[in-house]
Amino acid sequence: MIVAEPKPIKEVAGYIKDCTKILVVGCGGCTSVCMAGGETEAEMLAASLRILRKMEGRELVTAVTTITRQCEPEFVESISSKVKEVDAVVSLGCGVGVQFLAEHYRDKWVLPALNTVFAGGTVQAGIWEERCGLCGDCILHLTGGICPVIRCAKSILNGPCGGSQNGKCEINPDTPCAWHLIYEKLSAMNRLDLILQFHPAKDWSKERSGGLRNRKREDAVL
Amino acid sequence: MSDFKPKIVAFCCYYCAYAAADVAGSLRVQYAPEVRLVEIPCSGRIDPVVILKTFEEGADGVYVAGCLEGDCHFLKGNIRARQRVNYVQKILGELGIDPERLAMYNLSGAQGGRFAQIANEFTEKIKKLGPSPLRGR
Repeated sequence: MIVAEPKPIKEVAGYIKDCTKILVVGCGGCTSVCMAGGETEAEMLAASLRILRKMEGRELVTAVTTITRQCEPEFVESISSKVKEVDAVVSLGCGVGVQFLAEHYRDKWVLPALNTVFAGGTVQAGIWEERCGLCGDCILHLTGGICPVIRCAKSILNGPCGGSQNGKCEINPDTPCAWHLIYEKLSAMNRLDLILQFHPAKDWSKERSGGLRNRKREDAVL
Repeated sequence: MSDFKPKIVAFCCYYCAYAAADVAGSLRVQYAPEVRLVEIPCSGRIDPVVILKTFEEGADGVYVAGCLEGDCHFLKGNIRARQRVNYVQKILGELGIDPERLAMYNLSGAQGGRFAQIANEFTEKIKKLGPSPLRGR
């Protein structure tokens, strides 16, 4: 999932300082699951913004709604009557959700309430960790299902480096060395031969720095 | 601020604090009249949104009272309640409202005296803090 975290409330309050009526839109997708932008968080943000405004002696009218996913136009369209009524929309979606709302409602200010931080998963309740670097050219079949692109600080493909100390990365004693994890996993699978394979330089053109990426599946296009 | 009469809302678990309030009543134990009780089925039922809205509506102080740790009727409700209280305290801090205005207490259903003590202690604390910055806004 896409993992996001809330922006400081006062920062969001600053974005809407000239508005009198706003729509706070939660997302039922990834940001709900990472407990940053679901129904509860949308209600919390709306109440917080009203409180801050009340302390200034001014009123802020808020409407709150949560849609199934902000990254799909049909769900985005479903709130058009509510969007029409407000000065600005505050989105608790990831960066994708904010942009889909902004593109769909061309004359509306759509403002982000979250910082989108990484693609990851829930390692335990309340704790999320990065797992995928979205490099566009997956090599997990060679590394025992552990990604050196994102989990190694240097993204090296032929590791570990000299900074691997007792299974930890030199950048932080709490960060496991990805290549140590790969060694342990391959060892457990009796496939240490894979770690001896040399990986030539990766094709980074498929990565984000290669420009805007898109994907098309012909049979699904209407 | 001696004439300041705070508005305090106490969210009380049915299995402990609310029962303790009854015990306090039966024992004719007096406690601060500023405290308004709201019965909840378990302290773990408390919703952070409800706490925040209580402040928004003008409460000067809010506390959640649940069972003694380890004694929750629903096993971990009181632990979750404490975590939610901590979460809302952080938000209150961000908003410029003293996090001390929100508290979590644990007691058993038999502790009528303790219930009154908590109500009095918390009321005194809020009286010292003065009115909420949202009062009269």
